[in-house]
Amino acid sequence: MKAQDTKTTKTGVLKRIAGPVVTAVGIEAHMYDVVKVGKEELMGEVIKIQGENIIIQVYEDTSGIRPGEPVINTGLSLAVELGPGLLTSIYDGIQRPLSVLVDKMGDFIQRGVSAPGLDHSKKWEFGPLVKEGQEVGPGTVIGEVQETNIVHRILVPPNVRGGTVKSIRSGSFTVDEVICTLDDGTSLTMMQKWPVRVPRPVLEKMNPTVPLITGQRILDGLFPIAKGGTAAIPGPFGSGKTVTQQQLAKWSDAEIVVYIGCGERGNEMTEVLTEFPELEDPKTGKPLMERTVLIANTSNMPVAAREASVYTGITIAEYFRDMGYDVSLMADSTSRWAEAMREISSRLEEMPGEEGYPAYLAARLSEFYERAGRVRTLGGKMGSVSVIGAVSPPGGDFSEPVTQNTLRIVKVFWALDAKLSQRRHFPAINWLNSYSLYLDSLQEWYDREVSPEWNSLRSWAMEILQKEAELQEIVQLVGSDALPEAEQITIEVARMIREIFLQQNAYDAVDTFCDMKKQYDMMKAIRQYSDLAYAAQNAGVTPQQILSVRSKNELPQIKFIKDYVPALAKIQADMEAEFNALRSAA
Amino acid sequence: MKEYRTITQIAGPLVFVEKTEPVGYGELVNIVLYDGSIKRGQVLDTSDELVVVQVFETTAGIGRDSGIRFTGETIKMPVGRDMLGRILSGGGKPIDGGPEIVPEKRLDITGAAINPYARGSPNDFIQTGISTIDGTNTLVRGQKLPIFSGAGLPHNQIALQIARQAKVPGSKEAFAVVFAAMGITKEEANYFMQDFERTGALERAVVFLNLADDPAVERIITPRLALTTAEYLAFDLGMHVLVILTDMTNYCEALRQIGAAREEVPGRRGYPGYMYTDLAGIYERAGIVKGKKGSITQFPILTMPGDDITHPIPDLTGYITEGQIVVSRELHRKGIYPPINVLPSLSRLMNLGIGKGHTREDHKKVSDQLYAAYAEGNDLRGLVAIVGKDALSERDRMFLEFADLFENRFVRQGYTEDRTIEETLDLGWNLLSTLPVEQLVRIDRDLINKYHPKFRQTAKAEG
Ligand SMILES: Nc1ncnc2c1ncn2[C@@H]1O[C@H](COP(=O)(O)OP(=O)(O)OP(=O)(O)O)[C@@H](O)[C@H]1O
Ligand SMILES: [Mg+2]
Repeated sequence: MKAQDTKTTKTGVLKRIAGPVVTAVGIEAHMYDVVKVGKEELMGEVIKIQGENIIIQVYEDTSGIRPGEPVINTGLSLAVELGPGLLTSIYDGIQRPLSVLVDKMGDFIQRGVSAPGLDHSKKWEFGPLVKEGQEVGPGTVIGEVQETNIVHRILVPPNVRGGTVKSIRSGSFTVDEVICTLDDGTSLTMMQKWPVRVPRPVLEKMNPTVPLITGQRILDGLFPIAKGGTAAIPGPFGSGKTVTQQQLAKWSDAEIVVYIGCGERGNEMTEVLTEFPELEDPKTGKPLMERTVLIANTSNMPVAAREASVYTGITIAEYFRDMGYDVSLMADSTSRWAEAMREISSRLEEMPGEEGYPAYLAARLSEFYERAGRVRTLGGKMGSVSVIGAVSPPGGDFSEPVTQNTLRIVKVFWALDAKLSQRRHFPAINWLNSYSLYLDSLQEWYDREVSPEWNSLRSWAMEILQKEAELQEIVQLVGSDALPEAEQITIEVARMIREIFLQQNAYDAVDTFCDMKKQYDMMKAIRQYSDLAYAAQNAGVTPQQILSVRSKNELPQIKFIKDYVPALAKIQADMEAEFNALRSAA
Repeated sequence: MKEYRTITQIAGPLVFVEKTEPVGYGELVNIVLYDGSIKRGQVLDTSDELVVVQVFETTAGIGRDSGIRFTGETIKMPVGRDMLGRILSGGGKPIDGGPEIVPEKRLDITGAAINPYARGSPNDFIQTGISTIDGTNTLVRGQKLPIFSGAGLPHNQIALQIARQAKVPGSKEAFAVVFAAMGITKEEANYFMQDFERTGALERAVVFLNLADDPAVERIITPRLALTTAEYLAFDLGMHVLVILTDMTNYCEALRQIGAAREEVPGRRGYPGYMYTDLAGIYERAGIVKGKKGSITQFPILTMPGDDITHPIPDLTGYITEGQIVVSRELHRKGIYPPINVLPSLSRLMNLGIGKGHTREDHKKVSDQLYAAYAEGNDLRGLVAIVGKDALSERDRMFLEFADLFENRFVRQGYTEDRTIEETLDLGWNLLSTLPVEQLVRIDRDLINKYHPKFRQTAKAEG
């Protein structure tokens, strides 16, 4: 990672070292300046200024560093390199490519090694899209590079005023070579740098009206997130946050995926690295890795870099949005990010807020989620960044500050529930507590793209599930046989919705992804059973007979069948026939 | 080496020293007592004016007259091939009467993080011979899978049974065992040692003992010494290493004690706010490195205070480890060994190590179905207590019986009973066959036709 902007540069000395937070004196600095700490020039960032004491968070381990060692202020702020080469990369929290770090320092992360985010020696085939004499401004696409199967659009950076193109070249270039000059003397390369803590500007924010289709039935079907929307997945350990996030990274119909492993497990990142190159995007048939950027700052990597990882990720996501892409960003877990803030804050001896978190926790969270959105870019394109944050509440208790502050901002809440995961009901998303505030704005899309019946089918399913919850309370007191006949049927239909529609096995080759058409067909088949069942009951058929209709037992199998249409049609016809027989016998 | 006599304050395990030359953060410190004996510590905070040293032993005997020597390097551990078969103190000194370790290398005990890009994917199935682990919470090489237990429960037996029986079917390599005891009693330690000796495991084990009456602060370094040794055995010598850390609860208590002495703002229930990061620094030292032969598999054991799984110690552990094996007091009271409650237990890496080419193609689905059926039966027990068995539907009664059967046949097994994975899965099918086939909604038809006892037999009869 390089830094950006030039201010005064000066050298001072270290006065105190206590873990990732160090104090320097004799140096002139501004907040968030990037500094080089100690003889090994470890990268750090100014986070507090107190008289002549400059307090710095260091992105690498500080063991062995002594008072008196030098500190150099670069005068630049923490920035990422944006350009061809981002896709398929895996970075640490400050955009150092982990593959380069392995080459430079072996299998274990050592310190004091810098590595730029992009490969500066690699040549990319650049094709111009503007001509000499043409007016360009911030966000204008001046050309493109076929980066993977994704076209990487080269833009005029937001902080360049623009003007008329004086010269533009086509051919093979590194990211440092000038490809275009403007009449005011500006020269443009394929790379931009952008300070991570500053949102990239857009022309305007638009209302989200299109869902991010994820292929996960409970999400698309009951609690959809819009493209450009925000969602939180809180849940205790082992309830399925990571699996859900990975499912979204794999199957959601975003064009670009940024996946941030923020303070979580090393093996989970390895899993993504080994799995994604082998999986195909259901839309393009190309390896999923080609549209993915990974950021891995695992739990045992330095906390300060963990704090930065979230900003690094969202800045990269915004950059692809500026090209007009739909981007989805997963952050697993925002709680570890919040804890990194807490750790740094406590070392600064700041007055703690709730549960030791800094008082600015809520502000940081909302600033982060505000960077999501469906927008018209500076170049006039439509693009979106959807943000899905995992939250890991201590003890699984949602009343803690990170969950609560997140829920105040995000529009979709997927509440994971340990009770469900313990009985292996996956995804363990509680259908009674979860919600999506996008339902209204997406209604039209579902009407148009799925079926005019879909919205009412959805409401019907939610009603049955709600009803079941009420009936379960009675069942807990008197047993299920004591329920009135109609309600015994309701219980059965609810069970079918849960077991057939809501449960979805991420590890089954077919069931892992379910398109909207199949979702609709499955729900419709359950509805058909329900309608037939109530009709039969009215005609005097006993609940025992209704519940033992054999053909419905085949329905769960539909999940595992790729070309399910004939099988489903047969089941539906069989149900029809069985109920007819029951009714005529009654 | 220069010796300072400028101690200004001693508080708990912390010693404050003034007027030193520049001292490095994290440096190893030797404290020389009036009788010439030496205690070790580490620099926690360093500045021109003041250096804060955390002492790893009791501070008894340290006074303003004690000498302070800064060694100029972080804490290193001598490691060597001849450590196998040795018993060391929680501070890494031989206590078995044998010679000093001949160091082949001196390694930093904090350990560096494995670059995620360099990690290998853990996917070798480890057969422990225990059905509730192999069948429903499968362990793989390179995993960190803790045992969440409670005071007085047989977690030590379970850990030993695993250490004894663990093997990768088809592979000849035995596991080397690194055993780190933190604050356990002499009696518990003996229990482990005798078993190691009896089974010959001691020859391929390195044992670190910090017992209940050893200094609490020493516990902070014990697991780090153990893992440094494990990394050497695994990544330098190419061994597959099983690391048993017990009891992590005592480790966390020591961490809390130091936090309090430093007057830090405490986090939940008085534990330091950085406990997640600190524990991750231990648990993440498990895994496989691409291109290297060995592996580290971790079995941390912890006792949940008040059997409360939401207590910060099990909670933060669960957030870092790749699942957990939960030992249940209720099953223990029923006289079931091993009293593993599968419902809250989990192995997250299971899917990487099971199925075709690893165990058997039906493994995942059988496991899912066993869980679902047991969970349902277990729920019904609560209902039966209120409404009685008679109010249950026939379907419910079958699930209720299934739950009992599952506990008595699948969970229960002998302390030396070593079941193969085939035995475990077939046992699972036998239990599932007590339910109507159409209730087996988690399993696809093909697998049912192939493995369900009912169809297996008809298929055999026809064929
Ligand atoms: N959709 C799913 N299908 C099948 N299994 C699932 C699904 N979701 C979760 N699981 C199971 O639950 C386990 C735990 O899920 P996951 O690792 O995502 O939990 P988590 O909430 O991220 O936990 P932590 O906070 O500790 O990281 C997985 O290893 C897997 O076995
Ligand atoms: Mg997770």
